[in-house]
Amino acid sequence: MKKDRILPEALPGFRWLLTMAWRDSRKSRTRLSLFMSAIVLGVAALVAIFSLSDHVRGDINEQAKELLGADLVLEAHRATDSAVQKMVDTLGDRRSRDCRFASMVTFPKGGGTRLVQVIALEGDYPYYGRFETIPTHADTDFRRGQQALVDKTLMLQYDAKVGDSIRVGELHFVIAGMLTQAPGRTGLSTTIAPPVYIPFRYLEQTGLLQKGSRFTYSFYFRYADPQKMNRQLSAIQPVLEHEGLNYETVASRKKDTGRQFEDLSQFLTLIGFVALLLGCIGIAGSINIYIREKIPSIAILRCLGAGIRQTFLIYLIQVTLLGWVGASVGAGLGTAIQQLLPLVIKDILPVRISTGISWLSIAKGVGIGVVASFLFALLPLLSIHRIAPLYTLRAPVEPGSERQNLRQILVFSVILVLIILFTRWQMQSWTQALIFSGGILAAFLLLTGVALLLRSTVRRFFPHSLNYLWRQGFANLYRPNNQTILLVVTIGLGAMFIGTLYFVQDMLMKRVAMSADNNQPNIVLFDIQPGQKAAVEQLVKAHHLPVYQNLPVVTMRIEEIKGHNAFQAKEDSISGIPARAFDGELRVTYRDSLTNTEELTAGKFETKPHTSGEPVYISLDESYARRLRVSVGDSMVFNVQGMLLPAVVGSLRKVDWQRFQTNFRVVFPLGVLEEAPRFYVIVTRVPSAEVSAGFQRATVKAFPNISIIDLALVLKVLDEVLRKMGFVIRFMTAFSIATGLVVLMASIYVSKVQRVRETVLLRTLGAGRKQIFTINVLEYCFLGMLAAGTGLLLSLAGGWALSEFSFDASFRPPFIPIVVIFFSITLLTALIGLLSIRNVVSTPPLEILRKEI
Amino acid sequence: MMDYMLKVDRLCKSYQSGARCLTVLHDVSFTVETGSVLAITGPSGSGKTTLLGLCAGLDQVTSGTIELNGLRLDNAGEEERASIRNRYIGYVFQNFQLLPTLTALENVMVPLELQGKRNIRPQAVELLEKVGLADRLHHYPVQLSGGEQQRVSIARAFSTHPRILFADEPTGNLDEETSSKIIPLLFELNREAGTTMVIVTHNADLAKSTQRIIRLKGGQIMEDKPTGDTTPVVQN
Ligand SMILES: Nc1ncnc2c1ncn2[C@@H]1O[C@H](COP(=O)(O)OP(=O)(O)O)[C@@H](O)[C@H]1O
Ligand SMILES: [Mg+2]
Repeated sequence: MKKDRILPEALPGFRWLLTMAWRDSRKSRTRLSLFMSAIVLGVAALVAIFSLSDHVRGDINEQAKELLGADLVLEAHRATDSAVQKMVDTLGDRRSRDCRFASMVTFPKGGGTRLVQVIALEGDYPYYGRFETIPTHADTDFRRGQQALVDKTLMLQYDAKVGDSIRVGELHFVIAGMLTQAPGRTGLSTTIAPPVYIPFRYLEQTGLLQKGSRFTYSFYFRYADPQKMNRQLSAIQPVLEHEGLNYETVASRKKDTGRQFEDLSQFLTLIGFVALLLGCIGIAGSINIYIREKIPSIAILRCLGAGIRQTFLIYLIQVTLLGWVGASVGAGLGTAIQQLLPLVIKDILPVRISTGISWLSIAKGVGIGVVASFLFALLPLLSIHRIAPLYTLRAPVEPGSERQNLRQILVFSVILVLIILFTRWQMQSWTQALIFSGGILAAFLLLTGVALLLRSTVRRFFPHSLNYLWRQGFANLYRPNNQTILLVVTIGLGAMFIGTLYFVQDMLMKRVAMSADNNQPNIVLFDIQPGQKAAVEQLVKAHHLPVYQNLPVVTMRIEEIKGHNAFQAKEDSISGIPARAFDGELRVTYRDSLTNTEELTAGKFETKPHTSGEPVYISLDESYARRLRVSVGDSMVFNVQGMLLPAVVGSLRKVDWQRFQTNFRVVFPLGVLEEAPRFYVIVTRVPSAEVSAGFQRATVKAFPNISIIDLALVLKVLDEVLRKMGFVIRFMTAFSIATGLVVLMASIYVSKVQRVRETVLLRTLGAGRKQIFTINVLEYCFLGMLAAGTGLLLSLAGGWALSEFSFDASFRPPFIPIVVIFFSITLLTALIGLLSIRNVVSTPPLEILRKEI
Repeated sequence: MMDYMLKVDRLCKSYQSGARCLTVLHDVSFTVETGSVLAITGPSGSGKTTLLGLCAGLDQVTSGTIELNGLRLDNAGEEERASIRNRYIGYVFQNFQLLPTLTALENVMVPLELQGKRNIRPQAVELLEKVGLADRLHHYPVQLSGGEQQRVSIARAFSTHPRILFADEPTGNLDEETSSKIIPLLFELNREAGTTMVIVTHNADLAKSTQRIIRLKGGQIMEDKPTGDTTPVVQN
């Protein structure tokens, strides 16, 4: 008998699905909200960073002029000749200039000396923005007499007051004010090179203008008419090229600053994104168990005639709505957190950062959060298709269909593609995006693998002779529907982040500090004029200090590489010679032998003095040669203070740059540079901070032009820089850890029914509240230890790999921080676990059972 | 005009468990007249639940045909069967199977809502009043006793005015006293609605009060005979 297929006539509408979704969520709304709250922190991180970027972009636009302080800036790395000077005098409507260089200053009151950046300023720069000083008018006052503006941190460090004097070279200046902010400067750049401003007209008298030292001259121009600037700029372009002058305009500075910030914000966005992914994985895990619990209800609905799609939609609606709620809460939190971010990154950016509500950022963050949570929730939700109405009669035995797995694979692929697209959006290169996405995937797989391995190892070696409570607490990690691995992955990833970050920081510090070991040099004197050489050496010896090195240094530029000059290199990229090789100054030395930190890798090192008529055979640092694309036998032309000097690469050396010592990329043979303008460098070692201070004071007093690099100071500065950068990263990493903890709470809630049953059973069997409490404490401690252990294990592996392949140093993991991180995470996990379990343990069992099911 | 509400012809059901094939129903054929009441009895494991599940479209046959209300169930797709279940079939389970997150009233309303009907509340309330739960409308299943839950389940089964009602040991999970109240209720509602009913039971008295008894054993029909009793309701 043929019969028409029967199809539903009046399908219940969307409203009914909504109603059912609402009804069905009764009794599990707290739990569901908790699952979805796993995305709150991830979305918050994204919204906070998106909003920050949004505002900073605007801030850079608005403050671009203040960043530069002028409309046009020209920069020269050596004293300008009269032709350049003449050209400069024709530019702009108003002009200022400065000369900056590293020099020692002394605070006579306390006797402190330190290497700073001296800036001799002429004119009324800045034309936009202003120096922020205490007192406020100090920035104009200091230009009137023999006065200086001194960086705030410097003044605090040496306990100097306004009105005290500071010695720069041969002259004493009265401190007119404390400089808190200068155009374009960041807290970080100030930490590295604290500035001291003096009027330009005293520069000559300081006696610091010696040939061979490194000076940067900047010319600042103010234009009333931007057209005029563009005209003049294109007119002088050839001169700039020829003289090796750099220029910056407001537009180029805006671009540079913007790019620097984009790098930072991309990096932070990706960290936030990882937090979101962690949350989503948590959601997938929780929903999976939630759906398993809902199987009977789903089967009943199907029995009553609900279609597969309808049933599926009921749960999809629940999850999607809560995803919206979670993302919205995250957006609110993110907008609030954004107010804190300027505090975190203010030292890294040269702009004043504004904050506020950015609807676009909120929309982006919420959108990403909703889509991500939807897709991740879809993975477990798809198993609804497997639940047959037959389940009402008996538990199913047949496994899921092939089509089912296919759907899940499809969703998984979509997730992967979206992750790649998102990272591509952040990173602007497919390769980077693929590497990053692959990295995330690999990290998750690796974490899962290590977690599984660790868990089974612990299980095998777990002492079964321990008392019941311990065994039960441990066994809980293996209970049916356990989320152990999920939690280990989510919390472990946070631990891994923090661990790796710490190790890298530690390695950087150790690498520098290593040279502070016994008998390694720790003080470098430079800018020693040829006439001072013998006297300085004398002074060092008078202080009973060793002279490790006493070397001449000649400053030069590269004019040609293999017959290509800067212009040709820029035009013709085929040669592979980087155009920037021609920028900047090169400091070279000349000697007839290798030092103990060098090793010949190719060619022959020239030991004989150069004889005229022969080519000049120079020796290059191996990796430097690689960058310039030159090898033994290639020709180069150098420009030594205007004089062209052809040379041939005679040998390559491998240089151990890790020592605190003067090393050189280029070494000339004897007999070539002896008459060139040069200065000397003396390397020595001071046994203590007191000796160091006394020696530095004496040196600066006798030879004010000499600069001193003190390893102790370098370490301090590095430490501070790392701390400032590290703080930003740690702040963002905290989101991952916190997300892991939210996932922990969610998974405790999801297993609540089961836990209540266990508790009831244990209590019926006579277990006291205290014993049940102990079992749970132990369970979460084990869990935290497993997570922290997994994460730290991986970060140790990462740290080792970095030290081996990137830092070229031996990896000695810091013991105490590892222990601290391990126990903090364990403790935090146990604490959160206990807070969530509290009401389960303390309420009368029957009441909970009635309420929860 | 249709004489038969349910027509089962050479029905076989087997389960594949690993390499072994377990045949649960062998060549089962029978028909159920429209408006009649049929009892299925047989020892535990004889395939009663399996048979009922197949007839109600909850599972797929291995071979043979099932025709319900003139519609072929055996070759209908899953969504189609869902629609047939919703429109023509009522099912009372041994273990009630109420939705735990819905109140008694909502549980009764769901099948009607699935049909896209409106203003169904009075109808559902009336049904619950009939099964004696007028004051328990807004209670959740966990707040009801077993007997009360089964009353809700019966009300739900009748809510859509199904053509045929399947009841699988409706009192199997209840004590005798409660059972003795549930059964008359079921029969009374059935008589009122004139529904065709197939009931699985171990209760010989109950079986006798139907028009026909099929005795199942080892997945085969051992006996299929009318009871001769013309009054289908037991009077306690
Ligand atoms: N999915 C299945 N896989 C294998 N055997 C099954 C399956 N479902 C039911 N059975 C078997 O089919 C037989 C009949 O079961 P059932 O119909 O529940 O019997 P009854 O309801 O009469 O007690 C039993 O032996 C049972 O073990
Ligand atoms: Mg049965």
